[in-house]
Amino acid sequence: MSAKIILEKRHNASPMMRYLSPLLAIGLTVIAGGLIFLAMGQPPLKALYLYFIDPLTSIWSLQELVVKASPLILIGCGLAVAFRANIWNIGAEGQLLIGALFGSSIPILFGDWQSPLALVCMLLLGALGGALFGAIPALLKNRFRVNEILTSLMLVYVAQLLLDWMVRGPWRDPHGYNFPKSVSFEGWHQLPIIIGNGRVHMGIILVILAVVILYWMMTKTIKGFEIRVIGGAPRAGAFAGFSQTRMVWFCLLLSGALAGLAGIIEVAGPVGQLQPSISPNYGFTAIIVAFLGRLNSIGVMMAGLLLAVSYLGGEGVQIELGISDKTTHVFQGMLLFFILMCDTLIYYRLRLLSSMPKLTQGGSLP
Amino acid sequence: MECKIVSLHSTHEPPLLEVKNLVKQFGNLTANDHINLHIQGSRIHALLGENGAGKSTLVKMVYGALQPTSGEILWQGERVIVDSPARARELGIGMVFQHFSLFEALTVAENISLALPANLREGNLEQRISELSHDYGLTLQPDALVADLSVGQRQRIEIVRCLLQQPRLLIMDEPTAVLTPQEAQSLFTTLQRLTSEGCAVLYISHRLEEVKQICHGATILRHGKIVASVDPQIETAASLAQMMVGAEVHAVSHGTVAASGQPLIIAEQFSQAADTPFGVDLKAVNLQVRAGEILAIAGVAGNGQSELFAALSGEQTNNKPQAINMCGQACGHLGITQRRRIGAAFIPEERMGHSAVANFSLSDNIILSRHSLRDNHDQQSLVGRSGTINYTLARDINMHIGKVYDVRKGQPDPEAGSLSGGNLQKFVMGRELDRRPKVLVVNQPTWGVDAGAAALIRQALIDLARSGSALIVISQDLDEIFELADQIAVISRGYLSPAQPAQSLSAEQIGLLMAGAHETSTQAQTL
Amino acid sequence: MTGLEAFVLTVITASTPFLLAAIGELVVERSGVLNLGVEGMMVMGAVCGFGAAHLTGSPWLGVLAAILAGAAMALLFGFLTQILITNQVATGLSITLLGLGLSGLIGSNLVGLPGEKMQPLNVFGLNEMPILGTLVFGQDPLVYISILLTLGVAYFLYRTRAGLIVRAVGQSHQSAHSLGYKVIAVRLSCIVFGGCCAGLAGAYLSLSYTPQWIENMTAGRGWIALALVVFSTWMPGRLAIGAYLFGTVWILGLYAQAWGIGIPSQFLSSLPYLATIVALILISTNRRLSVVNTPASLGQGFVPDR
Repeated sequence: MSAKIILEKRHNASPMMRYLSPLLAIGLTVIAGGLIFLAMGQPPLKALYLYFIDPLTSIWSLQELVVKASPLILIGCGLAVAFRANIWNIGAEGQLLIGALFGSSIPILFGDWQSPLALVCMLLLGALGGALFGAIPALLKNRFRVNEILTSLMLVYVAQLLLDWMVRGPWRDPHGYNFPKSVSFEGWHQLPIIIGNGRVHMGIILVILAVVILYWMMTKTIKGFEIRVIGGAPRAGAFAGFSQTRMVWFCLLLSGALAGLAGIIEVAGPVGQLQPSISPNYGFTAIIVAFLGRLNSIGVMMAGLLLAVSYLGGEGVQIELGISDKTTHVFQGMLLFFILMCDTLIYYRLRLLSSMPKLTQGGSLP
Repeated sequence: MECKIVSLHSTHEPPLLEVKNLVKQFGNLTANDHINLHIQGSRIHALLGENGAGKSTLVKMVYGALQPTSGEILWQGERVIVDSPARARELGIGMVFQHFSLFEALTVAENISLALPANLREGNLEQRISELSHDYGLTLQPDALVADLSVGQRQRIEIVRCLLQQPRLLIMDEPTAVLTPQEAQSLFTTLQRLTSEGCAVLYISHRLEEVKQICHGATILRHGKIVASVDPQIETAASLAQMMVGAEVHAVSHGTVAASGQPLIIAEQFSQAADTPFGVDLKAVNLQVRAGEILAIAGVAGNGQSELFAALSGEQTNNKPQAINMCGQACGHLGITQRRRIGAAFIPEERMGHSAVANFSLSDNIILSRHSLRDNHDQQSLVGRSGTINYTLARDINMHIGKVYDVRKGQPDPEAGSLSGGNLQKFVMGRELDRRPKVLVVNQPTWGVDAGAAALIRQALIDLARSGSALIVISQDLDEIFELADQIAVISRGYLSPAQPAQSLSAEQIGLLMAGAHETSTQAQTL
Repeated sequence: MTGLEAFVLTVITASTPFLLAAIGELVVERSGVLNLGVEGMMVMGAVCGFGAAHLTGSPWLGVLAAILAGAAMALLFGFLTQILITNQVATGLSITLLGLGLSGLIGSNLVGLPGEKMQPLNVFGLNEMPILGTLVFGQDPLVYISILLTLGVAYFLYRTRAGLIVRAVGQSHQSAHSLGYKVIAVRLSCIVFGGCCAGLAGAYLSLSYTPQWIENMTAGRGWIALALVVFSTWMPGRLAIGAYLFGTVWILGLYAQAWGIGIPSQFLSSLPYLATIVALILISTNRRLSVVNTPASLGQGFVPDR
């Protein structure tokens, strides 16, 4: 007699699994990661220690963690809202780059304007740029019913090429020995550091603000309710009088603006100038952050910190063990993969089923 | 018509199909509880019962689409395990489902070919389809796309598919639910032709008159158990109904119609193109419903009912404000929320995912249709000025509706998806009726609802009308239509017939209208 | 070789990876599954194909490795979406992210190594024939395979019973299930086929198009292939036309750069991506065509009731 495992739909979604699933996924990622290190001929425990624990052991790296987590959280909580509404903006990377370009216009074109207002303008322009770039897939979806997944993604390539052209062409630093870089941002064109002479900058305040506001919006307001209805049951959304078209605009503008804000924060913060590469795929990693964070902004905050560890850990093992820092993307990919796998347990339970049909008389089930 | 008492063991030959002590459990629900059944060749045997009595579960086990929890099935006296529909077809069992398992974008021939075993697909299938359908008076074009066919034609595909396999037993699940009375009569002729050739038919229905008309024997199910096996010829419709429902049939008290109230719903020459390629265009719809009146709209499924509902509710708006007038206000251009604000309420056909969100709590589902309205009782609003939701109020309203409309639930505020169909419909009705709307448009109010809840819902609708509201009830159930309607109109391919007083119409006349008798005259008007 | 001939030759080489990846995804989508992991499967095919060819010295073993790599990634996707019933959009994304990461890691030691180029064929020895000789008879084997695959898929979908079943499953998994067809098995087979094709497309890039390994060398081609499937309205013939159109756009950008017509190269490089968006807009204007052909259960998970 053989037995097989089947999935059985739960009567109600399991709230416990909703929070257990990310932990399970992290556990599986660590195990799989250990196996990968082993396969690469590295001591797995040491490598895992360097990857996941070491980044948390020094003040410097903790600050770095916050700096790396900021854009992830900012983009992730915008994406969480869009994904909740079943709107698949996967072009946040492009919106980030355009936000960085828009915001950088102040230091590059008006380099002499030194005032706190200049910084505010940079941030606003960054958000505007991201929102405008997010508006393109929104317009195409609403006007022509073109799938936003493909358009938002195609625009990432366009944005990368546009940035590349700008920093090699019109916005290249004339005194930069022909390096593809803009002028360095100085004074009020940089985000002030808030902890001593460390790395944590004012952007973190904006991040916390975004998390709190979006959490409040999603749980307490009719807008959040609308997002959940449209995402979960679009026809019920129409019955409630919510407009799908307006929702597409709202989600793509919001997630685009936050991605754009993350972009200008990156260049006005840790990067300090425009260059061909300003984001180590934050826009894509934020997709993982959104899912790992249960599409909820508080969860996104924790997930963002964890994914920031994966960046630092990747650099750490590269320096200490000479392993390619590509491990970062492998860990990130695995994490999303495992989280999706574990999420099945929220709606289904595993049951061992023997292959013989039961012929007992009317046995009761739990 | 012949009239004899059926003795189940009169022949020495074993019955064609015998079902012994069949049990089917879904979780802790027992859908079939020790069912025993005998079916002989050349006979039409009825399986009678309310929605949810377990008829479909039983036949799905016979057809191999579901596996029994315990019990056995005997075919021509031998024990068989029907582990798949393919096995059932091998044995000679065919089934016509209530909801057809057809593929819209494939042709008739492709659909039939998919359902046939290899040995029957050989040769010129298209030609055999044409011949057979012609033989049995079931005209079909083998190369037509299913998407372009009417419901009645689609049923023919299913029947022809079964007949090509020369079944010994044909199972039909509520076949007339989607047919006009005339189409039903021609189906009966086909069935009689089949039994004369030796085939047995297991006929599932809750329509008593037709069971009396064509069936030789009947088994009655209630709550998953057999309550009686009878000869329908010697029973009355009333006695059958009583066995089905288990108590005296609830009579709905109709009350008196107010003489002539103000017209509260008016549509004038309302036309709207469908927004999907397979949708139905609404063509020059005229209707008028006065305060205190119920207009029932009959019609076969898929003739524009959902489009009409969307147009009346404002889920689909029209650029001509005057096209629809409610409570004296032109509102063709207004969305559903604005129409609710002027006193209208709407209840769509589908509960899960349309009038309610399955994985939301009931109190969240209160917010769904009432977020922009003030509460009736103390003028509180569910959504404050800053956009924040008053969840406490939502829970209070839910408790109130639960009590008044007898919503049975395990806990005070469960997920909507955990309620039974009848209870969820009572909740949805309660949510809308509790507002005492001046105008109510409801599509299929008692679809998939048990008899007790259905009676309660119909009574609530009549009470609302008598208190001075105007109602439109869209329904495919003729009994329901006659029970509720003051005026009756029929929709067919997007044309709505002029409304007529309910007393002046017979089921046959409605049947002709369902088949489109009025379309040409309406068309003439529009030109 | 004339300039035009050279141009057509490069168009063919640029179009082939699109065609290979898209024809696989077309079958996947016809069965009702949306696999957004094409880019990830393709890039895994590219790195594994290159690596295996480099190790063994045989491009054909490279092709085999690429197919297996694509199929393995597709199986992961299939396991999650069909057995565990995860969201197909998110799972496809995870396959792409995982594929891009893994390929980078696997390929970190392969960067800059010389590759094994797949040699063009000389069909019937007619390569030397004037005018059309090289174009028709002197192509790389994978080019012929891509065309044969397209014809094969068209035949399969419209002329065979198995193809009819695939279309039926994609139309309505519920109906197909109630007729006794094994929806999950059919879909898993299609998913694996799609993975093989994407792997093959990757192999073409790293063994023929540019015989070397460059990180992220697929450069969004997997995504363009996905758009092509929409553009084709799920019809193999239109898909082939679309693939060649996109190959032409891709090459025009390169040619324009070479001619130095004063447009910054970045703008020309972004042409294929912009063209993809334009193509999607154009096809959306014919709604009946798209709606009739769209597999009705595309992207929905299937849970059989027991």
